[in-house]
Amino acid sequence: MTNLASPTALDTAADEPAPSGRPARAGWRSLLPTMTPWLAIGLVLIGGITLFAVIAPYFVGDPREIRDMGLTGPSAEFPLGTTQTGQDVLAQLAFATRGSLQIGIIVGLLATALSALFGIYGAYKGKVLDEAFSLLTNVFLVIPGLPLVIVISGFVPRESRGLWTIAVVLAVTSWAGAARVLRAQTLSVRSRDYVAASQVSGEKSWRVIVVEILPNLLPVIASQFVFAVIAAILGEAGLSYIGLGASNSATLGTMLFYAQNGFALSLGAWWWFVPPGLMIALFGMGLSLVNFSIDELINPKLKNLRLHRKRARRAARLERELARDTTAKEAVR
Amino acid sequence: MTTATGAAARPVLTVEDLTVVYESDEPVTAVKHADLTLHRGEILGLAGESGCGKTTLAYAVNRLHRPPARIASGRITFHDKSGEDIDILALEDAELRAFRWDKLSMVFQGAMNALNPVTTVRAQLRDTLLAHRPGMSRKAIRERSEEVLRRVGVDVRRLTSYPHELSGGMRQRVMIAMAMLLEPQIMIMDEPTTALDVVVQRDILREIVRLRDELDFAVVFITHDLPLLLEISDCIAVMLEGEIVELESAQRLYRDASHPYTRRLLGSFPSLSGSRGAFIRTGVDETAPVPAQASKERA
Amino acid sequence: MTSVRVTDLVKDYSIRTGLKRTRLRAVDHVSLELTPGRTVALVGESGSGKSTIAKILTRMETPSSGTVDVRLDDGTAVARSRYRREVQMVFQDPFASLNPFHSIEHHIARPLRIHKRTTTAEETRERVLEMLERVNLTPAANIAPRRPHELSGGQRQRVAIARALAPGAQVLIADEPVSMLDVSIRLGVLNLLGRLQREDALAVLYITHDLATARHFSDEIVVLYRGRVVERGPSDAVILDPHHEYTKLLALAAPDPERPGRVTSSDPVDRETIDNSTCYDHFTGSWQEAGVPAAARAAAP
Repeated sequence: MTNLASPTALDTAADEPAPSGRPARAGWRSLLPTMTPWLAIGLVLIGGITLFAVIAPYFVGDPREIRDMGLTGPSAEFPLGTTQTGQDVLAQLAFATRGSLQIGIIVGLLATALSALFGIYGAYKGKVLDEAFSLLTNVFLVIPGLPLVIVISGFVPRESRGLWTIAVVLAVTSWAGAARVLRAQTLSVRSRDYVAASQVSGEKSWRVIVVEILPNLLPVIASQFVFAVIAAILGEAGLSYIGLGASNSATLGTMLFYAQNGFALSLGAWWWFVPPGLMIALFGMGLSLVNFSIDELINPKLKNLRLHRKRARRAARLERELARDTTAKEAVR
Repeated sequence: MTTATGAAARPVLTVEDLTVVYESDEPVTAVKHADLTLHRGEILGLAGESGCGKTTLAYAVNRLHRPPARIASGRITFHDKSGEDIDILALEDAELRAFRWDKLSMVFQGAMNALNPVTTVRAQLRDTLLAHRPGMSRKAIRERSEEVLRRVGVDVRRLTSYPHELSGGMRQRVMIAMAMLLEPQIMIMDEPTTALDVVVQRDILREIVRLRDELDFAVVFITHDLPLLLEISDCIAVMLEGEIVELESAQRLYRDASHPYTRRLLGSFPSLSGSRGAFIRTGVDETAPVPAQASKERA
Repeated sequence: MTSVRVTDLVKDYSIRTGLKRTRLRAVDHVSLELTPGRTVALVGESGSGKSTIAKILTRMETPSSGTVDVRLDDGTAVARSRYRREVQMVFQDPFASLNPFHSIEHHIARPLRIHKRTTTAEETRERVLEMLERVNLTPAANIAPRRPHELSGGQRQRVAIARALAPGAQVLIADEPVSMLDVSIRLGVLNLLGRLQREDALAVLYITHDLATARHFSDEIVVLYRGRVVERGPSDAVILDPHHEYTKLLALAAPDPERPGRVTSSDPVDRETIDNSTCYDHFTGSWQEAGVPAAARAAAP
């Protein structure tokens, strides 16, 4: 049988079709989630609150100024009413949001850096280092976060318990979960052939981690960062609420703490505790919605789910119609 | 090669004008007007490369295709042993469940990983039997389970094993045992040996051919490995971009393929014992009709 | 021009089950030689140790004992720092061996820069396009900025070959380079490898379980069974006239339309009796003891 094509034709790639369909996005662009209504809501929430936190403090009065008009409801002069001591709730809210966001971002960055160090570097290096880092991660994972934070914050004298102290305490107790996730992901990426191929090409370790592995982990890292920010804001609010927060800064948690101390709830002064509570809830919701979109990046199956369901319904309907048609035709026959 | 004699008179499955469409932004026709007849005791090879629609065709025959794939036209008729003809596309869900596995079973691609990892082989065989034969006695279940395992050449003691305790070849055999548990009249096998070593593949192929000879079921064997199909099948259908471009007996297909794609596919496999493919090493195709072409390559 | 002499390679893995440690010998005294312009095929089933040998040769694993001696044409040994420039590998799965995040250009430019084959960005770019053209990926300027998922399997494997050759490698380890590709394009990729080998006088180790391509692509076949070499010789001799029972079984298991009915025939020997204690060498025409150091190798009864 001599039905082989000649070698000339055989070693070209021309006759081989490239994958068809619309070109999927890749590289840096592939890291951006697709715009969905949920992502849009999330971004608007985060953007709005961040803008409020950055700009509003310049337009409101002194949040600490005490007036002789305790516990008045919302009015033209004070849109969100006043506290028991006559302080402007809106002004307090502006500064408190700024404080909470600061804490959230600082802790998010610190925790992500720690988890990347212990998760990615350990998993890549393997052997003893991985074992040691894993052990450390696991120890930190089983330490109950909030109680430890309470203990540490309790030990630090009130004067020196500043924003950074609280941030470091929160970061140290919250990086372990993310490190576990990153370690698992790194182990999976590290075992792929392209990592081996770049090692065989002679790439140095740090370059393999930064250039070959890290980009493929970015969605996971982003998701962990967003999660760390939420956790930090909530954690700080919890600490402040029980009076162990940063001494020299105002956050949404301290606002709630004072509202609680001032019996806002029992006095029905909703304008005092609802705004900070709602602010925390909305910001958390915004971050969560963004996180869902990042999840779709990590797990492309989620991304196509909605589209897929729509198509599946259409296909099922068309098929039913066809079946009905053929049965009808047969009945006629 | 054993050709089922007299089988031509007894078709077990006829597929007429089957078209399967994937509903997406631009609907893709995965199977285009396919016509097939499968006879009792016949091994039908379905050959083609990735994305040619061979798996879609096999799934549609069993109505296992998932939306957004849909059957846009065609008839699939199953001719039962009892003489009754069953229109598969008209079956209601409950009838379809009863039909599948009982009359037509399937070994999926990578089936060896389809076993439930947390239950024993025995439990999985029992569950399948009870689902289709509700009243079956415990003793009958045990006997049947042991029999199918013995048939595929797996030690009966393996009944108590968990899937991870078995090798890949062994798990694949268990899946084949599972597929023949209810004595179906058709078995569709989608790349059942692709992930296995050649020696293990040989064992499984021998088992399939032997079982076909003993039990007289029909097999649809899907693979991209044309030489393997030539070895075991009676008939071979070659698929290209959703169309069955050639349907011939294995010998005729090998000696005298009419479609250029079939010839190209056949030519893609260097011959083990012959000289076909020898030019890879030398760069000169001695068997090529125009040797001058080869030298042009460097120019 | 570089040659590789592998002598008495042994690789043990220790497996821990509970508190017990057992030693698993994946590779047992394997010796082979890769010389410029020749292809040696390493044939065997999964778990026979062929991938371990590839990993040792590419320095992703260290051998438990034995030596890998890489020498340039003039007889000087290749230094450790230069090793990766001389010995490169083509991986099995072209869908996994290219980083989905990076462009095709990145994959070929990096080895060029690492091994200082090019100095300026301009020069690197030109060389990348040149390399792409060499593996018949044209128009190269169009291919270079693409991402791996925009290419078909065969095209990706061509990129992987270009990457392996980019440092100027003279020794190529090809680990089942076509087994993941569609059949109709396999011969094209093998032909490409064959052409590059002839042009650059590469020493190639072709790892495969496909006997037919092993026979036609390589000059010598080494059959591996449970870590040991059980048969070696010129490729036609090993395939057409197998001596060891395992090789016979392998040859029988490969479908051959020209000799139908073999795959489904019964076993010529009892599978249980096949062992790996002896090796048939077609070059000397004699049986030898397998799994012992080359120097101590005695003629087997």
